[in-house]
Amino acid sequence: MITLPWLYTLAGAMFAAFAILSAFDRSNPKRIGNAIFWGLMAASLLAGDRIGDFGNGLLVLALAGIGGFNLIGRSHPSTTSDPEREHWSAELGNRLFLPALIIPVTALVGTLAYNYTPLGGAGWIEPKRETYVFLALGVLIALAVILTWLRPPVIAPLNEGRRLIDSIGWAAVLPQMLAALGVLFAAAGIGEIIGNLTGSIIPEGHVLPAILVFAIGMALFTMIMGNAFAAFPVMAAAIGVPVLIEHYHGNPAVVGAVGMLAGFCGTLMTPMAANFNLVPAALLEMKDQYGVVKAQLATALPLLALNILIIWWAGFR
Amino acid sequence: MNYWPLIGILLVVAGFALRLNPMLVVTASALVTGLIAGMGPVEVVATFGKAFNDNRIIAIVWIVLPVIGSLERFGLQQRAASLIRSLKGATVGKLLILYLLYRQLTAAIGLHSTAGHPQTVRPLVAPMALAAAEKQHGDLTEDEAEKVKAMSAATDNVGLFFGEDIFFAIGSIVLIQQTLATYGYDLAPLQLALWAIPSAIGAFVIHSLRLRAFSATLGKVTK
Repeated sequence: MITLPWLYTLAGAMFAAFAILSAFDRSNPKRIGNAIFWGLMAASLLAGDRIGDFGNGLLVLALAGIGGFNLIGRSHPSTTSDPEREHWSAELGNRLFLPALIIPVTALVGTLAYNYTPLGGAGWIEPKRETYVFLALGVLIALAVILTWLRPPVIAPLNEGRRLIDSIGWAAVLPQMLAALGVLFAAAGIGEIIGNLTGSIIPEGHVLPAILVFAIGMALFTMIMGNAFAAFPVMAAAIGVPVLIEHYHGNPAVVGAVGMLAGFCGTLMTPMAANFNLVPAALLEMKDQYGVVKAQLATALPLLALNILIIWWAGFR
Repeated sequence: MNYWPLIGILLVVAGFALRLNPMLVVTASALVTGLIAGMGPVEVVATFGKAFNDNRIIAIVWIVLPVIGSLERFGLQQRAASLIRSLKGATVGKLLILYLLYRQLTAAIGLHSTAGHPQTVRPLVAPMALAAAEKQHGDLTEDEAEKVKAMSAATDNVGLFFGEDIFFAIGSIVLIQQTLATYGYDLAPLQLALWAIPSAIGAFVIHSLRLRAFSATLGKVTK
């Protein structure tokens, strides 16, 4: 059966190659930092299950130190110039989109075929991970197509990948760090504290203030934790179930589903959701690392108001 | 009730507000929070490490970078831009509204991992949006280009968040169902997914209106 560790191995091998290429890249004055940083990512992906919890902890501290004190730099592996790219773009035409579409199409068709045809009956992929497996398969097919059709130097894909990962830098690792921070927040009982605080400010007598505290609390707590998953059980226990559903007889499906979506509005408004809000700013080489969050505020706020109205209208008829 | 663990949150908020390096802010907050919670130093580091290791699935998506980088080498971004230039009447608004719809629909049928910032936004959506903006506006200043990029990324996020919950087998639906089940409310995942639809339509309308307004500030198609 193809399991997640297979994919960790693939990604780990790629990061190991980035590390080795970085170590020999004399054009980057911080090459040792890059080599160690991506080498640690490779170690985590390849051997994370064997070095123990404390070993993983030291690895994370090392990543934080190298990334946090700016000991990694941007590399400039040999690639094509803008005029060369214009030339290739004109010569290859729209066929150039085909290899780019291999990844999403393989993931899409593979996932559908695995779930809705007898293909998936054999159970050769770890349950619920099939999209990731087909994503990886798409990557391998696309690489094969690029290498046979366009014939770049064989090492080029790894160097081009390194060019991109170096332009993202430590932001590539931050989402995983934030997920780990969420676990510590939970262990310290921050969920109960927030639930307690919000639960204590609801006035008696009318349902709307309770809905407001529930939905805005979901959004705010999601902004703190970086995702709505940690917020939902807390807010459901503090307000959603005892006040909205039991006391005011709200529809549990509406309170649950739309309450979660109120949390998603919070995800749009926080740098803590790094993989959605900070990583793209790095990936698109933006100056303002908070540019994406700022662009989302004017969508998130009216949408939060709408979700509050939906809970009120649909949940309490 | 012991409110001291909130110091961990304060550290994060202050760190982000002061624009300190997030890697250091997050690590400092994690260590402080763990110590306040009564863990020993070794236990804090081990808990942090285990959680990091348990979340390695987040790192898998980077395997697309060698493919995206190789195609950029052969002018993919330039191709995406010239395709948009060749389309009459293509605007930032129309392009991103179309992508918003695509992202919501594919996420709604469980295909949320097939698009995303590394897979589609950097190589295709952002260069196309920039090309459309240049068609409308002529050359863009750095701030204007920055705004177009931000809107491209924002559109991907809005489409994903307000499409994925319509798919009943997604993690968040399972979480809602399990949480409510512990209080004796046994709901079918489909019931919950159904109630994600009004918000999804609302998200499409609100964000589309914003995209149209943003597009209008760039001007009409002149070339």
